[in-house]
Amino acid sequence: MSDNYTQIGKSVPRIDALEKVTGRAMYTGDLKFPNMLVGKLLLSPHAHARIKNIDTSEAEKLPGVKAVITHKDVPPIKYGLSPARWDETIFCVDKVRFVGDKIAAVAAVDEETVYKALKLIKVDYEVLPAVFDAFEAMKEGAPQIFEEYPGNINTEINQNFGDVDKAFKEAYYVRTDRFDGQRTYQCPIEPHATIAYWEGPRVTVYSSIQSVHYLQYYLSKVLDMKMGDIRVLKTYVGGGFGGKLDPSGLDFSAVVLSKKTGRPVKMFFDREEMFFNNRGRHAQFMELTTGVTKEGKILGVHANFVMDGGAYTGLGVASAYYAGALLTVLYDFDNYKFDMLRVVTNLPPCGAQRGHGQPQPRYAFESHLDNIAEHLKIDPLEIRIINARKPGTVTVNGFKVDSYGLKEALEKAREISGWRDKKGKLPSGQGIGVGNGGFVSGAGYPIYRTDLPHSVATIKVTDDGTSAILYTGAVEIGQGSDTVLCQMAAEAMGYRYENMKIVAADTDLAAHDFGAYASRQTLMSGAAAKQAGEEVKKLILETAAEIMDVSPAELDCKEGIVFIKANPETTKTFAEVARTYFVKNGQLIGRGSYRPPKLGGAHKGSAVGTSPAYSAATQIAEVQIDQETGEVEVKEAWDVHDCGFVVNPALLHGQVHGAFYMGMGESIWEEVLFDQNGKLLNGNLAEYRLPTALDMPPVASELVDTVDPNAPWGVKEVGEGATTPTMGCISNAIYDAIGVRVKNLPLTYEKIWRAIKEK
Amino acid sequence: MQVIVDKSGVKRYLVTLNINGDSYTRVVRANTMLVNFLREEINMTGTKKGCELGDCGSCTVLMDGKPVNSCIVLAVEADGHQITTIEGVAQNDKLDRIQESFVENAAIQCGYCTPGMVLSAKALLTENPHPTEQEVREAIAGNLCRCTGYVNIVKAIMDASGEQ
Ligand code: FES
Ligand code: FES
Repeated sequence: MSDNYTQIGKSVPRIDALEKVTGRAMYTGDLKFPNMLVGKLLLSPHAHARIKNIDTSEAEKLPGVKAVITHKDVPPIKYGLSPARWDETIFCVDKVRFVGDKIAAVAAVDEETVYKALKLIKVDYEVLPAVFDAFEAMKEGAPQIFEEYPGNINTEINQNFGDVDKAFKEAYYVRTDRFDGQRTYQCPIEPHATIAYWEGPRVTVYSSIQSVHYLQYYLSKVLDMKMGDIRVLKTYVGGGFGGKLDPSGLDFSAVVLSKKTGRPVKMFFDREEMFFNNRGRHAQFMELTTGVTKEGKILGVHANFVMDGGAYTGLGVASAYYAGALLTVLYDFDNYKFDMLRVVTNLPPCGAQRGHGQPQPRYAFESHLDNIAEHLKIDPLEIRIINARKPGTVTVNGFKVDSYGLKEALEKAREISGWRDKKGKLPSGQGIGVGNGGFVSGAGYPIYRTDLPHSVATIKVTDDGTSAILYTGAVEIGQGSDTVLCQMAAEAMGYRYENMKIVAADTDLAAHDFGAYASRQTLMSGAAAKQAGEEVKKLILETAAEIMDVSPAELDCKEGIVFIKANPETTKTFAEVARTYFVKNGQLIGRGSYRPPKLGGAHKGSAVGTSPAYSAATQIAEVQIDQETGEVEVKEAWDVHDCGFVVNPALLHGQVHGAFYMGMGESIWEEVLFDQNGKLLNGNLAEYRLPTALDMPPVASELVDTVDPNAPWGVKEVGEGATTPTMGCISNAIYDAIGVRVKNLPLTYEKIWRAIKEK
Repeated sequence: MQVIVDKSGVKRYLVTLNINGDSYTRVVRANTMLVNFLREEINMTGTKKGCELGDCGSCTVLMDGKPVNSCIVLAVEADGHQITTIEGVAQNDKLDRIQESFVENAAIQCGYCTPGMVLSAKALLTENPHPTEQEVREAIAGNLCRCTGYVNIVKAIMDASGEQ
């Protein structure tokens, strides 16, 4: 079927490959502007303290310091990425709530002066008792972090679909398991940087950001400016994974400092500050109860979760809903109860990390399901096939799932991994495990309430017709959106990818888009690009019809050649037709816009988890455990993905590799640690252990064919979904190897060693 | 190395580095790091900073052919040495075989680790033109990549091997 396409379904090289491989690609931190100052934030050394006084006078006197700002210099407007709870301010006003909370910012002529000035700011604190554990925080008498969250409970969710109690009564076997997750961080290798400069009443902000739209929106809200007076753009972004989605303290401060000094200001986080300021993955504490028939069919599930939110809300309400909402998608069951408490503590705030809210619950559920399968003496892969959702169904919490290839993914993964020869047959110390996952292909609703379209695109054909420029607000952060969107635009136009150029993620020059999160751009930005391309093609065919004296319906255009369908030898080039159009009518432009249909049920929180299309994935991993030391080696992994029609296979498999890699890191090594005063213990890339090339096993990445009816060419997501099965499959592989279950992430050597000893 | 003392008594050093075949003479402080010398003094920003602690390898350059983390090498230590940065890998816009291989094998995602990876690979293949996969993995073990899982990077380096 993909044979009919000439531009999509092909592994064309990335549009930005040459710039990146030669070192010419400029990231925000690489940019310089004349007369530019350097800025830095002053962060709180205390986890919880009242601010009695801030004295900036000494800092201001230091030669080379051009401005010092605190909460007194900015509007007292509260914000948060999701409007459900706006509880942050640019700088702390009366209290600090975690080590790393933002107190002040300095701009000076160079870095050295900035650091000296930060030391000269005197803050008078009254240290308050703090709490670093979600369960402690809920106890009576625990320190209260916000007045508005009594008992430190920031979000409470109680959803109930069907009749879980009845399901449990009718079940042959009901089992409860508890699993704990840990706090992890995105750790993109590029630290966040921002540059702001003013021209008259207008500010330009370069930022390492995943959404130029949301940053523009929040800058305008919090600084009380018109959106049109703020231009936000990015150059190259060195990875995000959710960590560059929230507007950061750098963005707000750079704008204010630059206004105050009348000079460009560059601000950046060092690696440790990335840990304070990126909104990492929530640690979740997950109790699951499931009732099944004798044959292993799931009848009902109760998910009873607590999550540690850290100090502020940000996107955390959505994280809390996602945690439970998407549990219903993979396996088909009619009764579901979801209870969640999101608790605030005096640790850095958490938010969205690849797979948003969902990877830990998937880890818990996939481990839990293996426990059930073992009790029932059913093969773990078989119990998943029995329960796998079928296409064209609706989940108990109201998500419409059209294409869905989970069953096929399981079957294919079973084949390619040699599961039947390995499961239960490997020598002692070796194990194989399976886990499933998947994700939304874009969220059905924007982060804040608005009726704007989700994605807009414009294509301009250059005057001589030899190239075309796609204008999109989609944000390339490494995942390859600039490339696949150009492929999609070219396909729709009947043009060639090689002749495409792109202007993306610039609120002035490009078109509107909500940006890179919720795995949304291939489907949503792609839908807008497709529509814009189709409009260009229509105009080309109409113009060619006049020149060639036929009707437009008799013509088609592919790879930049217009031809008569009945007589493909008779052709005109796209370029000459485009030029004719330009001479007659002016610029040849196509426009596209996308908004998902109304999705979801009517219950509270029903919007979270809605999407036009859902991906599915099966991963299988094989591990080897050193029984003496507990050391785990992931020896090999297999991923089979249902991600709809694939625009660029090479980029797609690259996403799977990276997603497995991240999931593997979170399974075994990654965890942020704090001391008893809430100070970060391992805020660097040596002690916060990202896997290296030596840790990474061979990964076989394969696909099952589906074409989603709700997406351009049937595309679906891959980037986030592919990280959701990993922790479950590694957990199950370790269990298979050692016969005892480690129930809290990460599954470190030490925990495994202890589990073997205590067996 | 010539030492210059400024009015407040702070010492500066006159250094000459050979970078990608050209000589650059600058006055630096004792604590100026090579990475900052490259990025700030001579405006070559292809060398990236991911941690400034020697942990991530994104600042990898070659010093006399050996890969070093330029964030933990002082500019004064590099005085008189031959430095190769990513800007010096392609010759007159003609990509090096390793760079071509990175492009062909989809070994680049966000690209932030790429300059350092290419230089570590370059040093390896110059020294050992036919490495095993394990040797490739060892050579880039100090270069963290958060995007690719190293799968296509290892493939790209293996593909480029034997052709240096
Ligand atoms: S920046 Fe030098 S090793 Fe990370
Ligand atoms: S490609 Fe992004 S860090 Fe390697």
